[in-house]
Amino acid sequence: MPGWPGHRAGQHVDVRLTAEDGYQTERSYSIASAPVGTRVALTVQRLEDGEVSPYLTDELRPGDKIELRGPIGGYFVWEPSQGGPLMLVAGGSGIVPLMAMIRTRAAAGDDTETRLLYSSRSQDDAIYRDELERLSGNGLTVVHALTESQPPGWTSYARRVDAEMLAEVSPSPAERPRFYACGPTPFVEAVAESLVRLGHDTQAIKTERFGATGR
Amino acid sequence: MGELMLDGNAIAGFLQEVFAVEMTTAIGTCGGCGAAGPVGAVHLYRGAGIVLRCPHCNNVLAKIVKNDSQVWIDFQGIRTLELAA
Repeated sequence: MPGWPGHRAGQHVDVRLTAEDGYQTERSYSIASAPVGTRVALTVQRLEDGEVSPYLTDELRPGDKIELRGPIGGYFVWEPSQGGPLMLVAGGSGIVPLMAMIRTRAAAGDDTETRLLYSSRSQDDAIYRDELERLSGNGLTVVHALTESQPPGWTSYARRVDAEMLAEVSPSPAERPRFYACGPTPFVEAVAESLVRLGHDTQAIKTERFGATGR
Repeated sequence: MGELMLDGNAIAGFLQEVFAVEMTTAIGTCGGCGAAGPVGAVHLYRGAGIVLRCPHCNNVLAKIVKNDSQVWIDFQGIRTLELAA
């Protein structure tokens, strides 16, 4: 992106498409990459009945131009200077802005204690699985929860994220972790309610919800 | 209704265009319960328009309706809005 001003992990862009008859439609996509140079990576989940994602995933070719607005947002962002411990909770493609935080941390050589609890339907649905494994260590712990199917010999969580799981994976309230939870609305609601019940400070829990037409 | 609920982050781009500053970190005070919090954390419902509600008391903070050439914003439930200068 020529002239890209740089972004902060957790920010998003709005992508606008204009049809030949002038019809416009716009969707938000989280930035997946660390803020390095003028390249910006978006991770787009294709929605069968979507207006924008099928175009981005099936039609768009290298060299095509698209209209972007961004970087956008300042609330759901994290930078190494904010410190930790960091507790990231992802449901499905809600991993994307959290991945930007993990990549930013790695790119900066930062060793802030960071734990990621990542809920996916199956192992194949877990985006960035290999990269997360590579980046683990140096203070980063990745815990997967597979809600619908698990590979043979799976020893990690095999259910939806609940309060008991959050209590086991998160730093304790006394350690004052900063929470970032991103995923579909019901997922984020359940996580936020559980964290409050576990005694975590509501001010330290940042959430980003998306619906079928969102990120 | 739960499925349709998003948060203030979802209209961050639109708000940035209208106010010319980053708005998700702006602090709004609810005219109903007096709770203050960042715009990025308010509850957002999409229907024919957009309705912003207080995450603490569910009071309607604002309503936004757009068409191709105009935007209407009703700030009925926001007492104050504190922005970075």
